[in-house]
Amino acid sequence: MTTTPAAIVGSGNIGTDLMFKLLRSGVLDLRYVVGVDPASEGLALARANGVEASAEGVDWLLARPDLPEVVFEATSAAIHAANAPRYLAAGIRAVDLTPAAVGPYVIPPVNLHEHLGAMNVNMVTCGGQATIPMVHAVSRVVPVPYAEIVATVASRSAGPGTRHNIDEFTRTTASAVEVLGGAERGKAIIVLNPAEPPLIMRDTIFCAVPDDADERAIETSVDEVVAEVRSYVPGYRLTQRPQFDPAPPGGGYARVAIFVEVEGAGDYLPPYSGNLDIMTAAAAKVGEAMAAAPRAEVTA
Amino acid sequence: MPHSDDLDIRITDSSLRDGSHAKGHQFDETMVRSVVRALDGAGVPVIEVTHGDGLGGSSFNYGFSAVDERVLLKAAVDEARRAKIAALMLPGVGTMDDVRFLADTGVAVIRIATHCTEADIAIQHFGLARDLRLETVGFLMMAHSQPPEVLADQAVIMAEAGCQCVYVVDSAGAMVLEEVSDRVAAVLAALGGRGPGGERVEVGFHGHENLALGIANTVFAIRAGATQIDGCTRRFGAGAGNTPTEALAAVCEKLGIRTGIDVLAAIDAAEDVVRPVMDGECKLDRLALIMGYAGVYSSFLRHAYRAAERYGVSGADILLECGRRKLVGGQEDQIIDIAVGLAARSPGAGAVAAAR
Repeated sequence: MTTTPAAIVGSGNIGTDLMFKLLRSGVLDLRYVVGVDPASEGLALARANGVEASAEGVDWLLARPDLPEVVFEATSAAIHAANAPRYLAAGIRAVDLTPAAVGPYVIPPVNLHEHLGAMNVNMVTCGGQATIPMVHAVSRVVPVPYAEIVATVASRSAGPGTRHNIDEFTRTTASAVEVLGGAERGKAIIVLNPAEPPLIMRDTIFCAVPDDADERAIETSVDEVVAEVRSYVPGYRLTQRPQFDPAPPGGGYARVAIFVEVEGAGDYLPPYSGNLDIMTAAAAKVGEAMAAAPRAEVTA
Repeated sequence: MPHSDDLDIRITDSSLRDGSHAKGHQFDETMVRSVVRALDGAGVPVIEVTHGDGLGGSSFNYGFSAVDERVLLKAAVDEARRAKIAALMLPGVGTMDDVRFLADTGVAVIRIATHCTEADIAIQHFGLARDLRLETVGFLMMAHSQPPEVLADQAVIMAEAGCQCVYVVDSAGAMVLEEVSDRVAAVLAALGGRGPGGERVEVGFHGHENLALGIANTVFAIRAGATQIDGCTRRFGAGAGNTPTEALAAVCEKLGIRTGIDVLAAIDAAEDVVRPVMDGECKLDRLALIMGYAGVYSSFLRHAYRAAERYGVSGADILLECGRRKLVGGQEDQIIDIAVGLAARSPGAGAVAAAR
């Protein structure tokens, strides 16, 4: 079976964790890791694992005689916004792990196959990858007029990108809860917890449901989607059975509450960083699926 | 150094924000107008009005507001003659759109709260608030959980981002006397009284009654140099309630600390206006005391009561587990997770829950 050449741009925590996942891929052949800091541990680890690495950024990557077919962007939204047109011009397909959202959102259990031909896809946010599959699991059974997700991550797992633009997380996640989750209206809340030892990522998904919703059907759907996510994030699990509550007497929504824990695989980042693991695992899955699919005609 | 020429300390009354927790976020416009009118008339200089969890707090996780807080804020601004109106926001819950709304509405003071180790998530919000010429206050929540030097470092992050007063916030009502003054003094020393550009930066204190120390802790804070202080009239706030504004005004008068508040008018407002708005007195009952004892975020109280009843488990066990898991403000969702887990481990409780 032939493999598809790939590159990672960004040699920080996410890029390096992703590298270890791609090195195990039978579909993608990780050729290059690109950063901007010569002292980066990620670049050293790439070289130690036989991957060509450079601190000279995207200019270096695009000057390679053998270009990658798929590039994973693990930098920042602003940098990806600048790089995206250059990848497109070079005919390279991009899996964007930043919140830039140049391309359509992809959450594997929801729409993995919908954008396989796209030149650029966006992985939403860590909280989105962890929670939107559950919103989808409910909304494919009953209408969901409103869904709300609460993501709690260990302080140590929230990098400077998240910290300095936390609105980007809440806005992007809430939007994807609607667009991909299938909720009419979405809301996202993020909480950072500094407890030591660091807590494993926790997510709670609240969905408003009709009063007469078929609880058994919703539970079955949730269990099916949990199994799908576990196929690429083995540490994804429900901490409790879904909890159903009727609408309060004064009015309001009946709801289901779904409680999730995301333990990372510990490839590079520690297991408590399930928020980062689910991003890199989902990106690897999407990249592999894109590599196997025919690409759409390149349009500018 | 006093707060201003006229006031040694400036009191912010948070009955219409922290009290929102105790009210299950069910304030309406009439209540807000009557409380603002009474407190403004008594000379309370700043009145905070928001959902208990700040702008955007209306949610499954924290409880839906009966009336949109934006409507309530507009009413408060309209009603106040002398007092400044303040609003709370927590980055991660509220967004910069909420900050813009405040500036457009005539709200004078924005209070931006983070857990006390996470100040850097508020940098962009402080920056925007200052650009919009809002007065800024920063809240370092759950301040009991970190030593003075950590709070001091976090306070510097807020001050450098444009925060004009950093509050030591005893969200769990867990601090005892010198634990307050040591933290206030450390923050004050780190700030050197000055932020970027030589601007003055004050230190504030927000106390709860979970160990029955609201006033005492506040006096320790003032003596350590705090010049902005929070109270809630009739203690109307989360947990066992907050430092009672009217009693604080009386104590300050006896100590010769100028607050600008007419003590008798504040006492009347507490009895005649605020108490009728409350569902009940804020009590130092078993669960409220356990919050102070175990260091649990005060607004978890009502959620713990509700989950204990729904799942037939002990509210005290829920709160102790919250403390053991080191939950921070905002993790109300985990109270349900804990209660379900307790019910599963206790067959008797499970039977009660199943029979309901």
